[in-house]
Amino acid sequence: MNTPKQHLIIIGNGMVGHHLVEQLVERGANERYAITVFGEERHLAYDRVHLSEYFSGRDADSLALSTADYYAEHGIELRLHEAVTALDRDAGEVVTPQGRYPYDRLVLATGSYPFVPPIPGNDREGCLVYRTLDDLDAIRDAAETASTGVVVGGGLLGLEAANALRGLNLDTAVVEFAPRLMPMQVDSEGGELLREKIEALGVQVLTDRATQRIEDGIDAAHRMVFQDDKVLEADLIVFSAGIRPRDELARDSALERGERGGVVIDDRCLTSDPAILAVGEVALWQGSIFGLVAPGYQMAKVAADTLLGGEGESFRGADMSTKLKLLGVDVGAIGDAHGDRTPGARMFRYLDQIKQEYRKLVVSSDGKKLLGAMLVGDNAAYDTLMQYYGNGLELPEDPASLILPTSEGAPTLGADALPETATICSCHNVTKGDICASIDGGAVDLGAVKGETKASTGCGGCAALLKSVVDHELEARGVEVDQSICEHFAHTRQELYDIVRVEGIKTFSELIDKHGNPETHKLGCDICKPAVASILASFFNEPITDAAHIPLQDTNDTFMANMQKNGTYSVVPRVPGGEITPDKLVVLGQVAEKYGLYTKVTGGQRIDLFGARLEDLPDIWSELLDAGFETGHAYAKSLRTVKSCVGSTWCRYGVQDSVGMAIKLENRYKGLRSPHKLKFAVSGCTRECAEAQSKDIGVIATEHGWNLYVCGNGGMRPRHAELFATDLSDDALIKTIDRFLMFYVRTADRLQRTSVWRENLEGGLDYLKEVILEDSLGIGDELETQMQHVIDNYECEWSNALSDPEKLKRFRSFVNDSRPDPDIIVTEERGQLRPA
Amino acid sequence: MSTATAAKTMTRTWQPLCTRADLVPYSGVAAWVETAEGPAQVAIFYIPADPNTPALPDHATELYALDHHDPFSVANVIARGIVGDVKGAPVVASPIYKQHFRLADGQCLEDESVKLRTWSVSFKGDEVWIEA
Repeated sequence: MNTPKQHLIIIGNGMVGHHLVEQLVERGANERYAITVFGEERHLAYDRVHLSEYFSGRDADSLALSTADYYAEHGIELRLHEAVTALDRDAGEVVTPQGRYPYDRLVLATGSYPFVPPIPGNDREGCLVYRTLDDLDAIRDAAETASTGVVVGGGLLGLEAANALRGLNLDTAVVEFAPRLMPMQVDSEGGELLREKIEALGVQVLTDRATQRIEDGIDAAHRMVFQDDKVLEADLIVFSAGIRPRDELARDSALERGERGGVVIDDRCLTSDPAILAVGEVALWQGSIFGLVAPGYQMAKVAADTLLGGEGESFRGADMSTKLKLLGVDVGAIGDAHGDRTPGARMFRYLDQIKQEYRKLVVSSDGKKLLGAMLVGDNAAYDTLMQYYGNGLELPEDPASLILPTSEGAPTLGADALPETATICSCHNVTKGDICASIDGGAVDLGAVKGETKASTGCGGCAALLKSVVDHELEARGVEVDQSICEHFAHTRQELYDIVRVEGIKTFSELIDKHGNPETHKLGCDICKPAVASILASFFNEPITDAAHIPLQDTNDTFMANMQKNGTYSVVPRVPGGEITPDKLVVLGQVAEKYGLYTKVTGGQRIDLFGARLEDLPDIWSELLDAGFETGHAYAKSLRTVKSCVGSTWCRYGVQDSVGMAIKLENRYKGLRSPHKLKFAVSGCTRECAEAQSKDIGVIATEHGWNLYVCGNGGMRPRHAELFATDLSDDALIKTIDRFLMFYVRTADRLQRTSVWRENLEGGLDYLKEVILEDSLGIGDELETQMQHVIDNYECEWSNALSDPEKLKRFRSFVNDSRPDPDIIVTEERGQLRPA
Repeated sequence: MSTATAAKTMTRTWQPLCTRADLVPYSGVAAWVETAEGPAQVAIFYIPADPNTPALPDHATELYALDHHDPFSVANVIARGIVGDVKGAPVVASPIYKQHFRLADGQCLEDESVKLRTWSVSFKGDEVWIEA
């Protein structure tokens, strides 16, 4: 049975086109079809949803959804940078400048193009669009000589583009034709709030403006003239006023199209020509174009099924509910958010102009079903509301409780309340039933469920919900989610901490003798030993290099330096607040030169010296201590740095001495061992140059004192810190941080940063405020006393070790030979040494 | 059994390595040792016999010697790992990528195909001797 393969051509290699390829590969379609994919752009399919991150550090490679190897591996011919210019349906061929290619089946996945309003002057140099990587390159090039930029269009994409211009340091304005921003998603009240929030970011917002023409400017390259003859000048103009389907191939070959464009498809994604299918933003289904990725993916799945002669699920339209973060502002719209599509709809609205939050519910006339919802400023309620809406669940007696702030936190819908048909992941269309089936099929943890169902591997927005469903279902099946820290202790870190606190246990051996699992050899392991070492240090703050503690430490703590990939170490002396004298800077240079160390300035405003050999560490530190340095704990789970801006001492905007406060905080909390590393920052005014809102503890100066932010994080999973207390005096600030840190040390899990700890804390921020600020548990004094004990017992670990010859013996590379390790080989790069 | 393996075994001899005072209880140190194949870096681990510690299997000597070279990171760092017991056997965790190696036979627990070399090692009075 060796029938020749049919030719399948896919025109378009965007997100949906690529998803179609993946679906086809997954279902073995390349057995049946010889597949050719045409892409007009020079780039392989990339993640357009996160396009604006191109200006905040991501490059084309990291946005790519696949590789050329993937296509080659599966025998798919990928022809990038080759635009299809015509469709010859009679001959069954597609035409490109390079040639003609026959097809048996064809898929149009050509997507859409940005709509540029027909304004005279819209084609001037420096008038650009925001859609592709090449567009972004053009914007970046143009921005180099520009200082001001305007985005025409205040919808979702327009605000994305405005964010991109801000990222390029342009003074940015948004011009919207409608009377408010995001007219599709929000109403006038929500729009007003959105405007306030976006203006607060320094973006000028002009609504109700129809641009009449664009001409030469006086102060800038362009001048936009509006309907009332008012003008706005800018060097760069970006049009982002909606999208239009790329349906010219269909038009020229007389495929059926909609009145306002779009290739008409049926439920199986077939066009009026049964040999041809269409998917994504070019496709018009029952009069609608779907400009989101999730419905596009659903169409791709249906199209793959159609091409393989399957009879799987048909396309049944898609929900256009969206949850967005635009310019850092949460916006959510669910279903009939305006309440104008359902007769008899009733509304609940909540507006908080202080916190700048707006929430609206649209419910059925009997108040039992959620028809739609609108959120501005805080999307926390989105997931729960989406479940009520998507699954038609009956609303609680008082639906307003879903959007009203309450001290116990709004009621959230538990995983058990969801029906089997509830969609958990809309990108990959995974239902709760699919997740249950995967668990019943043998998946025993979150990772396995994700691998099997692909849930939460798209936009990731459902991660928290997925976890709670998986946890709940595992529990319901009697799978005990084991919380033991490791095989040596049937306790969590918090329990071990309490045992140490209550029983006053001071060594690991005593703890494991009394509370360890007798089934083991009671040696401990690389999980429990460092965790217990940290607990003991948080409590008693004895030197970690003491004989009883040294076998517990990770290599970094053992040698008080950070091990690098070739077995050498990096050395980071403390530079409190990032303030350093010229003399000390010179010493760092001299030491680095003498010991052949690579030097790099860290993100925490200090200097890292890399490549130190184990046996050189004591000599290096001896010289550093002589110059007045002390250990920086870069190797420890403890306070790293307190970053600061220069503050009122020098800065014309500063309102407080941020450097002074940073030094005070760094010196107070240095050496505090904690469940994970801690990073602080202090900014001298609201411009926030120290980036305090991305730290575990962030302090921002006000006219009257200090605002305290907590539980922020940068790194892999960034989280904005939350405002915890305002206008604190120096003393109140320190007292609050004392309590906060000790409460974290006491209750967090092993290696749990404050951000994750906070997200898992029952009762959330309100609970934390009660405990710390109102002392609801009555432990405030105890926490402060314990912190004072740790502070009083602080001693520079390197200074302690250097005074003890027994401890220094540990720093020999070999106990029987002074030869250095010959396998550490370095090479020179950019004038410095690095591992070869 | 090939003659080459037999020859290797044949040429191993006991030699002094370091002293008891060089060791760190419940942890490791590194040393150079001369072997038939040339100089080698060994990691020596010392788990004192403790009346409170239940007897370890293969724990006759209190001492273990393994390759100091970590095949995963290609750096000489094994002696600087954390000692512990996992699934019933004493192990060391590589300080770089955290794979566990059994002290008794050098077997990597995460990758069956990886095994560190081991040597016999024991106290003679206050000296540590190794058969290499």
